[in-house]
Amino acid sequence: MTKSSGATLRSEAPEPHREERDDLIAAHKTMLLVRGVEERLARLFADGEVPGFIHLSIGQEAIAAGVAAVLRREDTIASTHRGHGHALAKGVSLEGFFQEILGRATGVCRGRGGSMHVADMSVGMLGANGIVGAGIPLAVGSALAHQIRKTGGIAVAFFGDGSLAEGVLHESLNLSALWKLPVLFVCENNGWSEFSPTSKQFVANIVELGRAFGIDGERIDGNDVAAVMTAAGRHAAAARRGDGPRILECMTRRVRGHFEGDPQRYRNDTDAGPDADPIVRSQRRLLELGVGEQELARMQNEVESAITAAVEAARKAPLPDIADAAGDVYTRKAA
Amino acid sequence: MPIEILMPALSPTMTEGKIARWVKKVGDAVRAGDVLAEIETDKATMEVEAVDEGTLAKIVVPEGTENVAVNTPIAVLAGEGEDPKAVAADGGAGRSQNAAAAPQRQVPPEQVVELKGPERAKRDRPSAPAAATAPPAEQEWTGPTKMQTVRDALRDAMAEEMRRDETVFLMGEEVGEYQGAYKVSQGLLQEFGPRRVVDTPITEHGFAGLAVGAAFAGLRPIVEFMTFNFAMQAIDQIVNSAAKTRYMSGGQMGCPIVFRGPNSIASRVAAQHSQEFSSWYAHVPGLKVVAPYFAADAKGLLKAAIRDPNPVIFLEHELVYGQSHPVPDTDDWIVPIGKARVVRPGEHVTIVAFSRMVDLALQAAEKLAAEGLNAEVIDLRSIRPLDVETIVASVKKTNRIVSVEEGWPFAGIGAEIAATMMEQCFDYLDAPVRRVCGKDVPLPYAANLERLAVPQVPDIVAAAKDVAYR
Repeated sequence: MTKSSGATLRSEAPEPHREERDDLIAAHKTMLLVRGVEERLARLFADGEVPGFIHLSIGQEAIAAGVAAVLRREDTIASTHRGHGHALAKGVSLEGFFQEILGRATGVCRGRGGSMHVADMSVGMLGANGIVGAGIPLAVGSALAHQIRKTGGIAVAFFGDGSLAEGVLHESLNLSALWKLPVLFVCENNGWSEFSPTSKQFVANIVELGRAFGIDGERIDGNDVAAVMTAAGRHAAAARRGDGPRILECMTRRVRGHFEGDPQRYRNDTDAGPDADPIVRSQRRLLELGVGEQELARMQNEVESAITAAVEAARKAPLPDIADAAGDVYTRKAA
Repeated sequence: MPIEILMPALSPTMTEGKIARWVKKVGDAVRAGDVLAEIETDKATMEVEAVDEGTLAKIVVPEGTENVAVNTPIAVLAGEGEDPKAVAADGGAGRSQNAAAAPQRQVPPEQVVELKGPERAKRDRPSAPAAATAPPAEQEWTGPTKMQTVRDALRDAMAEEMRRDETVFLMGEEVGEYQGAYKVSQGLLQEFGPRRVVDTPITEHGFAGLAVGAAFAGLRPIVEFMTFNFAMQAIDQIVNSAAKTRYMSGGQMGCPIVFRGPNSIASRVAAQHSQEFSSWYAHVPGLKVVAPYFAADAKGLLKAAIRDPNPVIFLEHELVYGQSHPVPDTDDWIVPIGKARVVRPGEHVTIVAFSRMVDLALQAAEKLAAEGLNAEVIDLRSIRPLDVETIVASVKKTNRIVSVEEGWPFAGIGAEIAATMMEQCFDYLDAPVRRVCGKDVPLPYAANLERLAVPQVPDIVAAAKDVAYR
């Protein structure tokens, strides 16, 4: 759905035009949700209500929203430490999400995981992951399970450019190509590997690297949600067809620090440029497509009130029962 | 609710003691871990620590009182928001709480999760992990047996489980076409085909992570490491993904997986190919660890491991693969994980060992018998959960224990056993626990040095005589 193809669609085919508009509205809502949630988390963190490490994906929402838009419920995703957007876009409930991050018994992981371990098997979210690169082979294994069980599903490995030098990425690319597994590797390239520019850490690029393994892929503008949806849709379909793994490198920008509270003294790329914010761009596109200002404001208000309600509910939710603190280390139930 | 503090037991045999001194006075604020009092028995003096928070409302048994029976209320603690004076007047009607003192637990320490913080007062003890509950009783086999190598017993275990459950599959380096680097998977590719006997590249971190991801989806991978030395490449996925995910996800996802392969010291392959990993993995909550010696146990435990819904580290031994032992002649022989076995009864000294060291322990026991010392040899079989009950029962009889392992001494399995014996049968020990371990060096290559670095039968004999003061 580049601008040129969009124009073609508008002039020649009115039906797809409406579909495109609906898809963009849905993706826009997802981005508003992720942005709203993370801005709220930043405040809760600053107020001391959310502890520990919080890694925000503000500025990168188009990738989670655009990729998730082409996935089915049975598809599985493995995420990263910067994984709130992936979780919410894949369908983790807002209530369960906030209850998890506030450490409540009713959280999606019963308060055991927190921000870096949000997982929800009911929507195919295998988990955020606190170890750089560690989610990648898990997604590949999930893809193997899709292949063996013939579910028709695919797995998506989200990872940042900070994991490009991790050996397990290279091992996973090889294994997935060797066994033609239905996996989509989505690299969120924000230019930063924690506190260093990725250019100081990795000499190759992921698309070229993929070619060495015979894996097709492309680099796209990760801040254009329509472009992400289009490319993700094409590559996901290929993986689903049995063509083997694909790579999508989404160029984006990390607006916040590596984690909340990071003073970012190492950074001087403060000038983001006019097209940096995926939500601003998506909003402009929706206006062009005839979505009214009022409608956009209504979407924003809906998201805000849903978030406020979810945070309030999380505050009131019970803490985990201490008597259950040692539960689920092992199980006796058959898997 | 006010809490009655009861006279704690300083040892399993203590029935009464003396309140030597009250460290806290009525009205004092008490936090968990504060020393409340000192108590004396004929054996020792010990500090009594508070388990709960609150204010000391009443001292029921004044200092200097002798012959105070275990579990007698000795003081009353007022909880947060309670008036200590009212509580004292009330006589302390409330829940009873043993103060923390000597180890009084009858469960192994690995099964108890200590919690800190104010919520602690809300319960007596957290529920133990599921694995803490007693494993199912081991079946007695009275039917026919056949002599079989450990190698073939392991192969049969995998084949039987793969026939029984089509979600079970084997993957690893050279497990298919080559039939296994140590020929453990002989014939499996021919029977089950390449989709279920999967040759992987040399990429331990990658295929371990992949297998864990497949297990999250409910498949049951058996991952063969050519040797466990190479599993260090994969340990992030074993520990951070396989072991922790069930807990981290609040019980949503399990990881029914077996990581197996030869562990420990083979012969003249030097330091990087000769390492014993049981204590590494046994350290991790969420993993089960087994290390059998006999072929029947290898088969029964591997079948149990494959059926187990938790990740299991299955440690084999290259030097044992070719040994033959009787194996029950059935395709339904299961040995429960978590049960040790007394492989030679005796009354003078307990020797605990696992994997190949069971062989050496039995040889040592023969030599000791010739000198009039009857050793009881326990094959641990499972390292985690550890069958503390069987060890304690033996030590209560022999009053002496030697632990034997090929691994290094520091923080090894012997260290765990020594600590557990102090906690659980201190009063029964007539000698300090002795450890026979691999020497604290990377394994040397030269034949004479290698022999010195690995436990030998005379080392076990000497240690047993040592604890028997012979």
